[in-house]
Amino acid sequence: MEAIEANNLSKSFGSVTAVNDVSISVKKGSIFGFLGPNGAGKTTVIRLLTGVLTPDTGSIYIGGVNINNDPLAAKMMMGVIPENGTVYGDLTAEQNIIWTAKFYGMDRTTREQRAQEILSQLGLTERKNDLVRTFSKGMRQRISIACAIVPSPPLLFLDEPTSGLDVHSRRLVIDTIHKMNNAGSTIFLTTHNIEEANALCTTISIINKGKIIATDSPEQLKKTYGTTHYVEISFRQSVTEALFKDESISRVERWGDKWRIYTNDPDHVVKYLAQVAERDHLSIISIATSGPSLEEAFLQLTEVA
Amino acid sequence: MDLAIFARSVTLVTEKNMRIYYYKGAVVIFGLLFPFLMFFTFFIGRNLDLTLFFPGFLGMMLFFTASSVGPLITPWEKREKTYERLLSLPVILESIILGDLLSGAIFGIIITLIVWIVSAVFLHLPLANIGLLALALLLGAIAFAALGTLLGSPATDTPSNIMILSSLVRFPLIFVSGIFIPLNQMQGWERVLTFFSPLTYLVDLFYGALNGTAVYPPFLDVLVLVVVILLFIGCAKIIQQRNLVTGN
Repeated sequence: MEAIEANNLSKSFGSVTAVNDVSISVKKGSIFGFLGPNGAGKTTVIRLLTGVLTPDTGSIYIGGVNINNDPLAAKMMMGVIPENGTVYGDLTAEQNIIWTAKFYGMDRTTREQRAQEILSQLGLTERKNDLVRTFSKGMRQRISIACAIVPSPPLLFLDEPTSGLDVHSRRLVIDTIHKMNNAGSTIFLTTHNIEEANALCTTISIINKGKIIATDSPEQLKKTYGTTHYVEISFRQSVTEALFKDESISRVERWGDKWRIYTNDPDHVVKYLAQVAERDHLSIISIATSGPSLEEAFLQLTEVA
Repeated sequence: MDLAIFARSVTLVTEKNMRIYYYKGAVVIFGLLFPFLMFFTFFIGRNLDLTLFFPGFLGMMLFFTASSVGPLITPWEKREKTYERLLSLPVILESIILGDLLSGAIFGIIITLIVWIVSAVFLHLPLANIGLLALALLLGAIAFAALGTLLGSPATDTPSNIMILSSLVRFPLIFVSGIFIPLNQMQGWERVLTFFSPLTYLVDLFYGALNGTAVYPPFLDVLVLVVVILLFIGCAKIIQQRNLVTGN
């Protein structure tokens, strides 16, 4: 049985079709990434899967339970971190977590122990009695995560969980995702951050204009849709783009103090760069090659579609 | 559907509403201060018989307190984006509607009961039928909390818009429900207008319970209030269900 099985979902708002015949199958214990450009339909799909919106057509099974027939049983299996980490600003951090835990039928001792454990894990123990409306965005997001994971749900939905967060908060979110997944939870994640998805997810679906255009593992997506390699090089001396003139080079970009040279033949470009450096008496600080990226696959898929 | 999970969700929505919304300015002003100010403006300096008008005042108190919480909750939560979090918890729409209704009804009953007890002790007001008083308090609180929930149902994330709508609906009712002019003293078109206000039947129940001077038989008042409760809850559900479909 899959953690999520959604078949032929469609949803329109007036004349706008937000989701068009989308089917998703998420294996238990996996980290499933849902990528797409702005307005592609990611948040609408997550709202449909979590029972916040009703689909026009299609069916959704959460852990084998049809969410339309038994929404309470389906929702008991999931924790949700909505976009923008919304929690009740008029309640304290601890009240938000404990109130959420009560929905899942946790007894008083268990929910209080679990709340203290999560507050400590997310670095919020000292602020547990403060009203959430006094918190920064990063802290609110941490409370939102705390509320979602307090019942240790078998399925965790995260909608853009690291959007707009500082490095520390982002690290905490990613660590929490790993911990939950290691403990057996299935993770369904939407994100704009391609590298994050590449590092976290076991399967990725790409949605564009309301339709799913590819679903596979990150490596398979790169292999199928990404063709271009690049060589990244930096010199001690200042050089111009004119230095990189070779028929095997398709594009050159400046990346801070480095140059990124796109090619289909990285081996040839490395040799060419070594020759140029020797010819012009340039010192190479660093040089590295890289294979096709998920970002490239994403761009190719979403541009074509 | 697991009824235990459903009952728990209703209780928790009610608990959250009581913690957050009882202290909001709009609830305190429109639910608590306004009925007092309205009655004192009407009563002070006119040498009127308090016993005669007290049932109407009690009806107005229950009407405003019970219906003041509901209109605020959903628009406020949509603005704060907590409505989406709530919907993703183990709740269904009925849990939210009943939780909103119960928080309004409990607020109405507590405040009205305090007003009645204090008034009865210090002003030695009569009590004709305590059972009828309890029934009036219960049905009135549920009926007007349901009205509050219905008023908060239209798709908006601007609480002030709903407060305006709520005032437009609620204020006219107090002038056509036998509060400032007892029902048995109203005639002609004024009396006809009172038929259409659900508040009329609550005020009449209070007249029967406190003074023993109801105009209509109690079963009729009870029947109308029960129908009104079902109507308000049904309409609130239809509107909120539609909001889920349209995504508003």
